[in-house]
Amino acid sequence: MQSAISIQNLSKHYADNQALKSINCEIQPGELFGFIGPDGAGKTSLFRILTSLLLPDQGQAKVLGFDVVSDYKAIREQVGYMPGRFSLYQDLTVEENLKFFAGVFKSNLAENYYLIEDIYQQILPFKHRRAGKLSGGMKQKLALSCALIHKPQVLLLDEPSTGVDAVSRKELWEMLHKLKMEGITILVSTPYMDEAAKCDRVALMQKGKILSIDTPTNIIKAFPHTLGAVKSPLMNPLLQVLKQSKLIHSAYLFGENIHVVCKLGIDFVQLEQELISKGVVEWQYQIINAGIEDCFMELMNK
Amino acid sequence: MEIAISVKNMVKKFGDFVANDHLNFEVYQGEIFGFLGANGAGKTTAIKILCGISSPSSGELMVAGYNIYKNRDKVKKSIGYMSQKFSLYDDLSIAENIEFYGGIYGLSRQIIKQKTAEYIHELALESYEKMRVIDLPLGIKQKLAFSVAVIHQPKIVFLDEPTSGVDPITRRQFWEMIYREAANGTTVFVTTHYMDEAEYCNRVSIMVDGRIEALGTPSELKNQYSASSMEEVFIHLARKATRID
Repeated sequence: MQSAISIQNLSKHYADNQALKSINCEIQPGELFGFIGPDGAGKTSLFRILTSLLLPDQGQAKVLGFDVVSDYKAIREQVGYMPGRFSLYQDLTVEENLKFFAGVFKSNLAENYYLIEDIYQQILPFKHRRAGKLSGGMKQKLALSCALIHKPQVLLLDEPSTGVDAVSRKELWEMLHKLKMEGITILVSTPYMDEAAKCDRVALMQKGKILSIDTPTNIIKAFPHTLGAVKSPLMNPLLQVLKQSKLIHSAYLFGENIHVVCKLGIDFVQLEQELISKGVVEWQYQIINAGIEDCFMELMNK
Repeated sequence: MEIAISVKNMVKKFGDFVANDHLNFEVYQGEIFGFLGANGAGKTTAIKILCGISSPSSGELMVAGYNIYKNRDKVKKSIGYMSQKFSLYDDLSIAENIEFYGGIYGLSRQIIKQKTAEYIHELALESYEKMRVIDLPLGIKQKLAFSVAVIHQPKIVFLDEPTSGVDPITRRQFWEMIYREAANGTTVFVTTHYMDEAEYCNRVSIMVDGRIEALGTPSELKNQYSASSMEEVFIHLARKATRID
């Protein structure tokens, strides 16, 4: 099967900032693929290259078999792109924006309306409002509608969940799973590590490099340590003791727990003895499975 | 316990729209208070009022011991503020930013010099010293912005989504800075969309459609809603929202 997206040794720099450092990645048709990483990982540069809006310095990338440099016209017809920053026409109404984007792609509202119905219905009461006057959540729904109205084969969403509350994020991912059922290949970037679990496969990115590419399950399986979740009524003092302990490989705050990895050859019984000797009595631990964020931090430290 | 913020029946209307609908809560001195809510729930409106940049339509408000109607300037001197969107000036260097904020808060030249040396050492900024802030990695910029927001040792610091987009290790280092600041007695009033960070707060409030729907320690709220995480509590409350945002 031909890859939907094929990225080979792709590099990009701005002045002395190396935004992408020889990236390699293959994405299959129909995959929901996540690029997970903080700001500065290179996610936006990568998406802009894949949508032919930015030229790479080196390497090659193909979208649906088309080269991002030489076949840019073909790519632009086939992909839908929602940038991180709101980029619709602020002075056009909701409906005018949607009609405009349908027209640009030689489509019309009726043809693919079924694709956007779920999202667009929520902003339908505001169809005569100018896009610039919409709230953040509504802007995002309109932007997603506009990116979909020509039924693209590949949809690229750059940080659609950033700054969005937990409920709207949940709805967004439900929406993406529906679109996947339509056979659309979806690339999503996000700084939220927990969203990796919603993707078929993910690339963990940091400072222009891909740290790991795999299914979320396999990335978690590859976590090389025994992980303990430690709890105490006084979390921060415990964290400070743990961080200073010579038995500890890593100790990170994780919600109501501290996630602790002991050094090679040390187990939690030994750690318990050390903590007791330091006067820390009120604490409990439980061995747990790692999450994507544990894996990401482990890879960052390599 | 000393009260840092006291809000009674606070209402803020924009025309017919009630952005804040009778808010009631207190925040204690030295507490880390998580101010959560769905997009459009009215958090930003409330923070602007508490910082003295917007006036409430009605209600009684004390911030850092001052009445917000009568002593707005004193409130402003007693608080610090940072957000991801606005923190430092991109086109100034690290030292220039520190000098600028120190100057605004009326610190002496000597103290500003001392603070500059202190921050550069503590945050290991030696190699970035000459750079403009725009060229700093986001994580470093956010840590510096936090330090600058508390340069005048305010009673309360407001942090509006301070860790948005920051890598997971830096995010945790940032929370350790918050813990240290709170341990020194500063009240930390913080908003976030990371639900794991809600667990790091002493107490949390959750706003839905302009009202505070829940307020308590993370474990109280999880018990109250029989939830295993703050994310579950949040989704349970916020999905009832009727305001479209």
